[in-house]
Amino acid sequence: MALIQISSPHVQRPTKTADIMRLVILATLPGLLAMTFFFGWGTLINVVLASVFALLFEALCTAARKRPVGFFLKDNSALLTGILLALAIPSFAPWWVTLTGVFFAIVIAKQLYGGLGQNPFNPAMVGYALLLISFPVEMTRWTAPFDINGNSWNILSFADTFSIIFGIGASDPSVLLNLDAHTGATPLDTLKHRNGLTTEELWQSSSVLANAGAWYAVSFGYFVGGIFLIYRKIFTWHTPITLLVTLAIVSSIGFAIDPDSFADPFVHLTTGATMLGAFFIATDPVSSATSNRGKIIFAAGIAILVYVIRTWGNYPDAMAFAVMIMNLCAPFIDQYSQPRSYGHKKANTLSSGGK
Amino acid sequence: MSTNYKELTLNGLWKNNPALVQLLGLCPLLAVTASVVNALSLGIASMLVLIGSNFAVSVFRNFIPSAVRLPVYVMIIAALVTSIELAMQALTYELYLILGIFIPLIVTNCIIMGRAEAFAAKNPIKASLYDGFIMGLGFTVVLVLLGALREILGAGTLFADMDLLFGASAANMKIVIFEDYVGFLFAILPPGAFVGLGLLIALKNAVDITMKDRELRRQSAPQKSIIKTAQVDS
Repeated sequence: MALIQISSPHVQRPTKTADIMRLVILATLPGLLAMTFFFGWGTLINVVLASVFALLFEALCTAARKRPVGFFLKDNSALLTGILLALAIPSFAPWWVTLTGVFFAIVIAKQLYGGLGQNPFNPAMVGYALLLISFPVEMTRWTAPFDINGNSWNILSFADTFSIIFGIGASDPSVLLNLDAHTGATPLDTLKHRNGLTTEELWQSSSVLANAGAWYAVSFGYFVGGIFLIYRKIFTWHTPITLLVTLAIVSSIGFAIDPDSFADPFVHLTTGATMLGAFFIATDPVSSATSNRGKIIFAAGIAILVYVIRTWGNYPDAMAFAVMIMNLCAPFIDQYSQPRSYGHKKANTLSSGGK
Repeated sequence: MSTNYKELTLNGLWKNNPALVQLLGLCPLLAVTASVVNALSLGIASMLVLIGSNFAVSVFRNFIPSAVRLPVYVMIIAALVTSIELAMQALTYELYLILGIFIPLIVTNCIIMGRAEAFAAKNPIKASLYDGFIMGLGFTVVLVLLGALREILGAGTLFADMDLLFGASAANMKIVIFEDYVGFLFAILPPGAFVGLGLLIALKNAVDITMKDRELRRQSAPQKSIIKTAQVDS
């Protein structure tokens, strides 16, 4: 009898936190490259800046809490928080905006709650929401993208971007004064403040929407990175796919009812923070729901909230608020979505009397 | 029964501080502490009501039937708050407009009812007066601390608009800490009050733990002490 011989070991070593975090950081690269290509150097500078701040605060906090500093720095989680926050804030945000955001994300939202694994809210989104409500002017300094139609580059040089972010050393002082010439509305902004125009008229008249391709490309970058993470089994498909499908369904309903005053589903999926949020924010294992069923409820809730706030709320985008509200609900969702354990007929939940 | 004034002082200001330990009166504490002047005025108003209610309850403590004592306390407190409100309307009208609903809401401040029930109803007049003063002071100090923290972070100034409370001569008390400060809205908004109060409580607990550690180390005999946490319902 011939048996196929496969040599041991069959059990691989468990994946370390640091490896997971490093893969997630790698997966942000396509989106980061797209943002740098279309929106200039600001994002790249912010990413470096936020990473340095994040590691610094993490080191200070772990040292103050008398924990091993090197061990916690090497798990890459602070680095990832810093990078995600930097990707979320506008590319021309001044350095102290990044500093404040990272301080709140790492110190208040993460370390004060007990460090990695203890934070009820996604730290990057706490930092982002804080910045959004505290510095409304600085947080709307989005650059107008690389102009596709005119085939001309509209992005600032590295040196100018650098001096805008740090507020010093501009080769030409007019750069700092004429900042407004380089900033512009985002597509979601344009579709929100529509000055009485219908969606169709907006698409024909708005220069921002004519360049929407830049935002599609960035979203595509994050989408590719996210699919890579699902392929590497960093997270399951449940959260991101449910989020995207629910958002598509809800926005389709709105668009079907009144196409003149609601944006179409494609815009909702491909502009704003949808892709970054679906694949990189909502999938945070600490602050999201745990079971697969729970993840589906969690993600659907985020999608509905995003649509509601984008359409009827005060802010053009809503990923941070939606994720934080659903973070609050995550323990509750977990309570009622526990999977059935092997050998039991029903899941062990409160409703089944704890049997 | 002799009254230990040292114990009362320590309780009101630190060990049983109404805002940091008992966590009473959080509604005005969080709502009006966006600046020092608001915090100080509401603190003083609350302190006056607390002194007055402690005094009145202590005077009448032997005449109030225990079955209807709470309605009687509420009547006393409401009368005092109404007087304070009218006085503020007459003396500091702008401040009265700024503080708005939070002056009448002093009636519902749990500290006042709490001290009436827990202290003034059982103690003589002098001790009750002192307890009202020191508890009110403990509350005011925390209000002002939180107000200063939020004013510095939120607006970059300290003691702005003090003329609303102390008259025109206090107009130059304003200290500008940061020139050209962009403002940090978060500190002014309610979430900033929650985070700020949380940090103050954490600071107090940290000081307590350090003191306790030092105490334990000083005692040569190694004794195991059980850390007791004060829990007071609102």
